[in-house]
Amino acid sequence: MDSTSQNTYHDTVVIRLIQFSVFWAVAAMLAGVWLSAELVWPTIDFGQSWLSFGRLRPLHTNGIVFGFGVSALMATAFYSVQRTSHTPLFLPKLAWFICYAWQVLVLLGGLSLLAGYTTAKEYAELEWPFDIAITILWVCFALVFFGTIANRKIKPIYISNWFYGALIIVIAMLHIVNNLAIPVSLGKSYSLYAGAQDALVQWWYGHNAVGFLLTGGFLGMLYYFLPKHAERPIWSYRLSIVAFWAFVYSYIWAGPHHLHYNSIPEWVQSLGMAMSIILLAPSWATMINGIMTVSTAWEKLRTDPALKFIVLSLAFYGLATFEGPMMSIRSVNVVSHFTDWTIGHVHSGALGWNAMITYGTFYFMVPRLVGRELYSTRLANIHFWLALAGTMLYIMAMWAAGVSQGLLWLSVDQIGELSFSFKDIMASMTPYYLLRLVAGIIFLSGTVLMGYNLLMTLKGQHAVKVNVPAVDPAYGVTA
Amino acid sequence: MSGLSLHKKIEENTGLLIFGILFVSAIGGMVQLLPILSQESLETATQNSHLYSAVELTGRDIYIREGCHVCHSQQVRPLIAEVERYGPYSRADEFVYDRPFLWGSKRTGPDLHRLGGKFSDDWHRIHLLDPRAVVPASIMPAYPWLADRDASEAGNIEAKMRALTVLGHPYTEEQISSASAELEGLKEIDALIAYLQILGTAYSEDSVP
Repeated sequence: MDSTSQNTYHDTVVIRLIQFSVFWAVAAMLAGVWLSAELVWPTIDFGQSWLSFGRLRPLHTNGIVFGFGVSALMATAFYSVQRTSHTPLFLPKLAWFICYAWQVLVLLGGLSLLAGYTTAKEYAELEWPFDIAITILWVCFALVFFGTIANRKIKPIYISNWFYGALIIVIAMLHIVNNLAIPVSLGKSYSLYAGAQDALVQWWYGHNAVGFLLTGGFLGMLYYFLPKHAERPIWSYRLSIVAFWAFVYSYIWAGPHHLHYNSIPEWVQSLGMAMSIILLAPSWATMINGIMTVSTAWEKLRTDPALKFIVLSLAFYGLATFEGPMMSIRSVNVVSHFTDWTIGHVHSGALGWNAMITYGTFYFMVPRLVGRELYSTRLANIHFWLALAGTMLYIMAMWAAGVSQGLLWLSVDQIGELSFSFKDIMASMTPYYLLRLVAGIIFLSGTVLMGYNLLMTLKGQHAVKVNVPAVDPAYGVTA
Repeated sequence: MSGLSLHKKIEENTGLLIFGILFVSAIGGMVQLLPILSQESLETATQNSHLYSAVELTGRDIYIREGCHVCHSQQVRPLIAEVERYGPYSRADEFVYDRPFLWGSKRTGPDLHRLGGKFSDDWHRIHLLDPRAVVPASIMPAYPWLADRDASEAGNIEAKMRALTVLGHPYTEEQISSASAELEGLKEIDALIAYLQILGTAYSEDSVP
């Protein structure tokens, strides 16, 4: 077939986004490793303000969420929306613009965080000029994505696109409402909300940034790449429909569980807790749907590192979405709140779920995008075990640290006096923090290995130029 | 029309899908946010509320710039152990001038909401410049640059107070016009200590209804 005579998918932009995503993963994880070392050896910031824990930590979180996460989501969204719509990207030049503009934004935003420009609201630390830039780029992303769907050659909109769609729409809503502020200068603004009201708006945002970006967006990845890779259809399309709407409806209520026993009205804490527990149902419905989809293709796990990553990520997804509702119960939260347990929980999601599924899809996509085999399956298998070991060690260290912090802080003796001083409890954390540092290094080295593996796979891509036809002849549809 | 055929419509229409997601996801937020954002007791100042002076406000913004909130909460929960460790539990009316709120999500170091008055200014100065000089086991970073920089360089204080006035903070013209003079001669560390020393001090047990 003459591939020049018909539309081809725009895949070069996907490759570029994958490269940026891997770059941010390494950079932001390196920042994370450095941060964990600072908690063991507090003087390794060398008296430099920009290396100071309070400034470096937002760079770590923002680098992971917006650099690694969003670049990966854009890459996989652009890849899958073309293939599920049987049409090339709408406004491909705009897609290229988003691809580069987003990286510039993450880079400058990261530097501004190191310089101390911050709103102090978690995952929304970037100041107002960046917030406006994010909004504009997000609208462009929506245009390309929904434009492609509107141009689709088949009637139904495939389920993965709903999740990517929910990511785009809900994040836009949360981002705009939470970041409303009065600017004072280019690098400083004051939140439109104060005190308790600000807290509730922030955690409505904060929880659902996790919900619709780190969960919803990556579920989009799952629904496309898992069935594709397992070569099995989704086990139950109807279950995925039900789970989708239940997810979109109930996630948004869960924010107040970040404010248990804080100075906000109790009814909203209780409501947030109840809805967080309900959230377990749609979360696990999706997990079960995923597991059942691979259940007749287990033998592929033996030979295919990419699928191994995706299936393992599903297990961690199940773990994190079980742990979350448990931690939202007030009597559990009273122990876990403010402790390293929270950090462990976040990482069981971010390392075990987000990073692993992304690694799986990258190992899947890159060889297909360049039309050659993965450079080294052996390296990918080593990466798999490094990622698993790193994640397990990380969350176990943080469980131990967090649970002991929580219980020791609350502990009082028979006459009601505090059993332990804060200082002593803090000092007893060093072994856990050391373990966590080791875990971080293990996980990071796996990621570096993947970067090398993918780079070697990409090398010489110009030798084999693939033009994937927009309409897969296998579907028997004519454009 | 059965549920499935209704869903078939949404499933095949981009506009309906977008609208559906927006509508379904907005419900929870509206039920929780609208009552809280319109609850006057959460935004009305009482005798427990403290309007930050020019120096304290500058100190607070330095606290934010250095990310102190990343490791220190400002929220004493109503639990026996916390009240014993830190002092009276936090009340919503103590935060009505907090933009943004700094309750935090992690206590790598102790809670700071009732810090004001517990240590001397000198202790804070030594502690900020070299935490391990006063707390040997401390893992807090040192902040040597705070002693070098002038407080007046940490943002335009008048513009800040005017912006806050727009948001309802009752600063008088005199307070705003004398703000720069108040920062004269102070280093950033002085402003930060001024802020740390008023933390949680406006609250008094007598004011509890």
